[in-house]
Amino acid sequence: MTIRTAAGASAPTGEDGRVLAPFGRRSAEVTRNIASGGYRVFSALDRDGPEPRAGQFYMLAADERWAGRDGRPFLGRAFSVADAGRERDGVVLDFLVADVGPGTERLAALEPGEGLSLTGPLGRPFSPPGELNPDAAGAILVGGGIGVAPLALWRRALAAAGVPARVLLGFRDRPHSGGLDLFDCSEVRLSSEDGHAGHRGYVTDLLAVLLEGDDAASAAVYACGPPAMLEAVREMCLAREVACEVAMEAPMACGFGACMGCAVPLAEGGYMRLCVDGPVVDGSRIETALVPGSGH
Amino acid sequence: MTDLGVELAGLRLVHPVLNGSGTFDAIAAQRAFGRETLDRFPFSAFVSKTITPEPRAGNPPPRLFETPAGMINSIGLPNKGLDGFLATDLTPLGELPVPLIVSVMGRSHAEFRRLVEGVAPRDEVAGVELNVSCPNVDSGLIVGEEPDETRSLVSELRSVTEKPLIVKLTPNVADPAAVAVAAEEGGADGVSLINTLKASAIDPGTLRPWLGAGRGGLSGPAVRAIALEQVRSVAGAVGIPIVGMGGIESGADALEFVAAGATAVAVGTASFRDPLAGERVRAELGAALQRAGAKNLAQIRVRAMA
Repeated sequence: MTIRTAAGASAPTGEDGRVLAPFGRRSAEVTRNIASGGYRVFSALDRDGPEPRAGQFYMLAADERWAGRDGRPFLGRAFSVADAGRERDGVVLDFLVADVGPGTERLAALEPGEGLSLTGPLGRPFSPPGELNPDAAGAILVGGGIGVAPLALWRRALAAAGVPARVLLGFRDRPHSGGLDLFDCSEVRLSSEDGHAGHRGYVTDLLAVLLEGDDAASAAVYACGPPAMLEAVREMCLAREVACEVAMEAPMACGFGACMGCAVPLAEGGYMRLCVDGPVVDGSRIETALVPGSGH
Repeated sequence: MTDLGVELAGLRLVHPVLNGSGTFDAIAAQRAFGRETLDRFPFSAFVSKTITPEPRAGNPPPRLFETPAGMINSIGLPNKGLDGFLATDLTPLGELPVPLIVSVMGRSHAEFRRLVEGVAPRDEVAGVELNVSCPNVDSGLIVGEEPDETRSLVSELRSVTEKPLIVKLTPNVADPAAVAVAAEEGGADGVSLINTLKASAIDPGTLRPWLGAGRGGLSGPAVRAIALEQVRSVAGAVGIPIVGMGGIESGADALEFVAAGATAVAVGTASFRDPLAGERVRAELGAALQRAGAKNLAQIRVRAMA
């Protein structure tokens, strides 16, 4: 499987196939900011960076009006990449953002021409299905809410490598379904808690049905979404001995292993640093996806 | 022509910008940035994360909270312990292109002695920083809050090594200069300040403490004015060199710390926002020094004292 060479063949890589980041923060030009349901998708032209792998993330801040008069936002904000593609002048990066606090409010308001400070790509990307499970017939992608973003890029990388993928997405209600625009609707199975689209209920209901067949032995599951959803997916996969990777988030000041803030408890005891040991982690490695402070 | 070189506690440094302990992980940074981390190393000496005699997992999350112009951390000193550090981390840290200062913390004189005896004789280690923001289990007192505790600890460790001993001072005292004087009397080669200020965060939703460990320490530009005053106060009381830190984000900030009496400065929280913040601070400091019409940093200190 050649998924890893699909993105940025010339970029230097490190452990787990991660693309290494240029050292230091740089500025990228915001090229687009559009509504996507109740969210925004903004794009930036990164002239000096490599193409990231799906699951990797960037620390983002606005060049202007960051740590401004009110002193917040102060720290960068960690965002997975929803799409990335090399163009003539550099790599265009897409990010999905919901305005839920001072940092995301500022990012959601970025206008074309403004500068986006970024450091990245950072962290551990998704592993190819064949590495998760030697008998994998393809990939099962399970996304919830705004957490569908990294799965969109992963879906495209898998398709480019000719790996079949089934996509299950769940949303709370229509205002929280903005991430759906990142996918080709014809290939997605939907659920919604309010029943406005697809199955009324949770996306984990759809996953349970899939895993009930003969599928479990040949499955490789990739999940990203709210902590409760990730924990449900993880438990379901552990109970059925299905290989699974979850893309998590945790409060993070730096993104490159310095601040030790993004501690996630390990099944074996102790903690991992989600920024350098994740954000994509094997579901069996962690004690829980319900980490206090995450999902904020 | 300006010269940014400084001599700090017997160490010749090509410029005065260090990292604050626990704010830059030179090993993890190479996992994210590769070789460029070493080719463009931002600091003139590297201060390790604090190590303790035994391994520590650190505090339960959440460990971070953003404040206006700063952040609260409640990390809890996760580390591999002395043996783990010597076996795993010392060799890669010894390969950094700059001198290595190892930060240590014990809960008794005996623990501190074991740590200093373990690291100081190693060729890779240029100096030791003593993190004294912890209780002495024998007396029940926070070492760095009590001049007598600080003096007796440093004088005992002074007999263990001739390498530079730098005492990291806590700002959570009424008179940091009194503790600094005690450190000097005990035989310290330098002091570094400030450590973080005790701080709390309340979850606005639940109105309960946000941090997993209940409380933490504040850093970032929010503490800079306090740090400047403490550096000034300590500089007026001791003759040993000072590593000044607390919210330094720019060369202009760094120059203010030098004017307040610091021989060297450290960049901490700013590195979280930009891993190359230290390099930028150094470059801006060179330009600021030139604008101030000074040939070197010592001239700035002399001018400020006049």
